[in-house]
Parts: sequence; C-alpha cells; structure tokens
Amino acid sequence: MKVREIRDILSAEIICGEEFLERDVFSACGSDMMSDVLAYVKEQAVLLSGLMNPQVVRTAEMMDMQCIVFVRGKRPDDSIISLAKDRDIVLLSTRLPMFASCGMLYENGLRGGAIR
Amino acid sequence: MSLIELHYDVPGDDFTRAGEASGDVKRQLKQLGFDPAKIRNVVIALYEGEINMVIHAGGGEIDVSIDPDCIRMVLRDQGPGIPDVALAMQEGYSTAPDNVRALGFGAGMGLPNIKKYTNDMQIETEIGVGTTMYLRVDV
Repeated sequence: MKVREIRDILSAEIICGEEFLERDVFSACGSDMMSDVLAYVKEQAVLLSGLMNPQVVRTAEMMDMQCIVFVRGKRPDDSIISLAKDRDIVLLSTRLPMFASCGMLYENGLRGGAIR
Repeated sequence: MSLIELHYDVPGDDFTRAGEASGDVKRQLKQLGFDPAKIRNVVIALYEGEINMVIHAGGGEIDVSIDPDCIRMVLRDQGPGIPDVALAMQEGYSTAPDNVRALGFGAGMGLPNIKKYTNDMQIETEIGVGTTMYLRVDV
C-alpha cells in the first residue's frame, strides 16, 4: 500500500512529508504506548497513535517507520512537525478514532506484520 | 582504542529531548554502512536507556564505541540506583509515575527490552549513588 492510499482511506490531512506519498508500506501498528511499540513491534512501516509528543516521532525514527498517523483529530505542534521533517517521516492526521482507523486499513489490505 | 568513540550528555530536565543521542548514533552508524537490522537493535536499546535516564535519574552520560565487529555502549547516571535489579528486569514491572505513562512510557519494558536487543548487558547499581549499564551489540 502507498502512503497516498492511507491518506485517502482515512480521509487524512497531510501535516508534512507530501513528497513521500508514493512510499510503499507493508504493515502497521496502533498504540499509544511507545514502550510497547519498541518492545513488540517488528518492521512496521506505519504507526497509528493518539499520543502527542516528540517521542512518537523518535520512536518511529528508531524503528525505521515511514509514516505516523495521528488519530482522533489530533494535530501535532511545531516541535513535532519539525522533528518529523528532519527525519523524512510523513505525518498524517485523521478525525477517525484508533479502532476505526486500524480496521479500515486492515480491510484494505494492510496487515499487522511480525511480532518480535 | 575503538574505531570511533562518541560521548553524549543527556539532560535530565527535558523529556522532549530524550532520544537525541540515540538518533545521532543511528545517523552515524547508517553513514558507516552497518546492517540496518543491527543498527535498529543498537538504537532501540540505547533509546530505552536514554529514556530511563531522563525518567528515573535526572539525566546522565552516554559513551558509544564503534568497532567493525561490535558496538559498545556505557550509560552512566547519578540517579537513585535500582533497589532490585532482578525485579526491574521483569517485563511489566515499573516504578514510573503516572505522568510518565501519559507520555507513552513506563510500561515496564525498558530493561527487558534492552536485554532483548543486545548481546551482552551488565548493570552496576548502588542506592543513592547511581547506575552504570554496559551494553554490547555484535554486528
């Protein structure tokens, strides 16, 4: 799946990284606990989260994630956006809640990927 | 003497900056052409350690030694020390306060996670003096 398709499926707004919409992503995970993302997730390309602080971007950076989707209509502040721009990570924001966002992406073929 | 030696001071008063050292190490290892999977192991362990330093110990220092066959990391703090290391190594055991959990950390996965991603992990800790962690990832 392309990042562009994720934007379309979730009717998401692009916060930054518009130039990377053609990136291919193969798996995703949804969590507000970055500890769990670091502990259990393996080779996920997309992180869905309702958490709003720079550590979301840093966690994605450490895990080589390509795209973060902020759910429940949350919008990151400038410090988060500038960190993501610097790391070439796409930020999207959708009004949908976490459960619906994950379900819609799953229904369209995106999977959870391996667990460590 | 290692091929490359890096030193970082980790400030303890700014949670938003936690991870800067780990991010820099990642960029350096990437530039040096290490296997991305190995780099991920190094930086996840280091990032967990860096977060711990900020949450529990008021900051600290990190030294990273890069050699062709392994990456060694020393994380040193002057925090309260770990009263029971065996307990702290259990998945899910956490002493992090609620405000840290609200930031997405403190699930009790830090030390177990560091062990999982490294080939060797040694902890020296003394109550009221501090904690030093020695980590090695073979590459």
